[in-house]
Amino acid sequence: MSLNRRQFLQGAARAVATVAAAPVAEAAAPFAPRENKPLPPKAIGMLYDSTQCIGCKACVSACKEANHMPVEQPQAYAGWNEGTWDTAEDLSGKTLNVIRVYQHGTMAEKDREVNGYAFIKRHCLHCIDPSCVSVCPVSAMRKNPITGIVTHNPDACIGCRYCVLGCPFNVPHYQFDEALGQISKCQLCSHLLADNPLFADDQVAAAAQAGTAATALWKNSRIPACCEVCPTGASLFGWVTDLQAEAERRMALKPGEVYEFPRGLLGGDRMINAAPVGHYQPHLYGEKESGGTQVRYLTGIPHEKLGLPKLPDHSSAAVTEGVQHTLYKGMIAPLALLGGLVALARRSAKQGDAPRNEEEPPT
Amino acid sequence: MNAIIHRPLGGKVVTKPFLILGLFVLIAAYFILRRFLFGMGDVSNMNNGFPIGTWVVLDVVIGTAFGCGGFAMALLIYIFNRNVYHPLMRPALLGGVFGYTLGGLAVMIDLGRYWQAFNLLLPWYAQPNSVILEVGLCVMAYITVLWLEFWPAFLERMSPRFKQRFGLDQLQAFLKRYMYVLVAVGVLLPTMHQSSLGTVLLILGHKLPPLWNTPWLPLLFLSSALAMGYGVVMLEATLVNRAFNTPSETVLFARLSRVAAGLLVGFSALRWADLIYRGQLGAVFAGDFNGNLFLIETVLFLAPVFILLSWRRTRQRWQFIGAVSVLAAGSLYRLDAYLLVLQPGNGWTYFPSGPELMITVGVVCLEIMLYLLFIKTLPVLPGGTAKA
Repeated sequence: MSLNRRQFLQGAARAVATVAAAPVAEAAAPFAPRENKPLPPKAIGMLYDSTQCIGCKACVSACKEANHMPVEQPQAYAGWNEGTWDTAEDLSGKTLNVIRVYQHGTMAEKDREVNGYAFIKRHCLHCIDPSCVSVCPVSAMRKNPITGIVTHNPDACIGCRYCVLGCPFNVPHYQFDEALGQISKCQLCSHLLADNPLFADDQVAAAAQAGTAATALWKNSRIPACCEVCPTGASLFGWVTDLQAEAERRMALKPGEVYEFPRGLLGGDRMINAAPVGHYQPHLYGEKESGGTQVRYLTGIPHEKLGLPKLPDHSSAAVTEGVQHTLYKGMIAPLALLGGLVALARRSAKQGDAPRNEEEPPT
Repeated sequence: MNAIIHRPLGGKVVTKPFLILGLFVLIAAYFILRRFLFGMGDVSNMNNGFPIGTWVVLDVVIGTAFGCGGFAMALLIYIFNRNVYHPLMRPALLGGVFGYTLGGLAVMIDLGRYWQAFNLLLPWYAQPNSVILEVGLCVMAYITVLWLEFWPAFLERMSPRFKQRFGLDQLQAFLKRYMYVLVAVGVLLPTMHQSSLGTVLLILGHKLPPLWNTPWLPLLFLSSALAMGYGVVMLEATLVNRAFNTPSETVLFARLSRVAAGLLVGFSALRWADLIYRGQLGAVFAGDFNGNLFLIETVLFLAPVFILLSWRRTRQRWQFIGAVSVLAAGSLYRLDAYLLVLQPGNGWTYFPSGPELMITVGVVCLEIMLYLLFIKTLPVLPGGTAKA
């Protein structure tokens, strides 16, 4: 049988599809994640030293007070607790910061994996390249370009909860039990920091080099509530670069050696807390995880045991945006595709007006 | 392009099945009311480890894939110029209209701050890196395009005098003349958002196991959505054919089957090649929950290939089984990737509550009710061919 028109068209379409598919596959194959983002110029953050934490939860209650969050009351205890005790078990729509405890066996010794226990503080890590900011369709989640604080604006938020889904640390939480719920997350007490000239005045911000004038710069300002009240210095506030150096300093010490732990603000003038340094894990969590964060965790037991997941050095935002920017670069591909589609549809529409007999559908 | 005459099916609208479907819609309406009065936690088991539940996954992610019939047929008929399939176009389009419109309704129920949903459209809030923004805008635009594409069915139903009086005949002529533009946009938009529904998952990182987590997610989602589009066209037409004794389209479907099977072959080849490339083949046969789910998916994806590429594709029964298998495969793939294999950690678990499922079921029932209403009262189904 000789080649009829339809066979020819089918063959041609197949050939076109094959030819078209090759460059598409080539272009798509790398799908390279885009570069991780750099640390913001005046990045502030926290260092949490699990070995210094005594589990007093002063930070949890201070956080509630500073952020006007309600007390957490599990149904089972509501009868006798009557809202006087906060019994938050994990982060929730009502709890932005929480201390959790790792328990194993007899729990005889602190910061030991077997027959031991350890504390962990859970709150936003203020990622350098945050997933929540990348997924948010309405810019409700934002990263401050100077300080790097990841903030949330409930007036923009539509409640789609992709920030909840996307966060590698499960930090943002939606208030499912409210009719008009909103997303809650730690914003590093940015409302308390607001009277700091760093935030009010660009000149001051530009003049203050990270790490040099911490005391002067923060003298008239409050610091995040959890670090403000921490009695041992387990939660420490400061410039991220300083906190990194401080953490490395502690890791270099011999376990058990007495160290003068700064409290509240790193570089501040508060009385120090002299205590033996912990037996640290060799991994400083938060430095490189998911493209890096502005919070550092020093722990005595492996971080996976404390609910801090093992993560790659690149952020998921970089992966997604790498794919998305490949496909939608300058909207060129979609527009070219649209042009082709219009041309093809127009041709079909013209031909369709006078259908060929062989194409008559069976009835 | 109107060589095909569409006729309303006629017959009673309010039948027993229609009333039963209506009952489910009422039950759903009750729970939807509760959701708005008392919050999502009152009716749903969604939590902060699984913030996306059945409303989004079943009604939107899977629901819009079921709504891809219009997209899939438009691609075949208008872009690849396979005019032979034209009788299937309008019913497929109607399926798309409801699949997407009610997906949109489900989103409004699911949005935690629905009263601010309008912010999606305000340019000063737009966040151009957001895949969700792209999906949202794209789906909204596509719902509009679908209704415009379907608009001729309403116009054909109106009396010429009525149309003349309100200038609708001019609109009809305008739509007919520029329909190809709408068709092109109506192919571009689902290409974008069906692939983006795969891209959305990339942000999950370590929460999504490597068997599902690949940069090829956009293409895998797009190709499986198209296959599901052809599956749903075959399923709908077969059901309508059996229920209302309309002319059978078995011969046409035998040809369409090959297109669907081809897509599935492409999908599976890409998926397995990518798995081997990433060295994840062992995880498939690990014998654990994820591996076994993956194997079930594979069987469901390949079964229709064997059915639809053999002699069986000419039999209505096998066509039906093939179509159901395509839809089951695509649905399970989406359900797995969005919910079943998700590992948020920290002890989170999720299983939908009864009321939550009833809302999902109600939305689907409403979809079927409206489909029945429309095919009975509007010229949707092919009722013969006019010789041009």
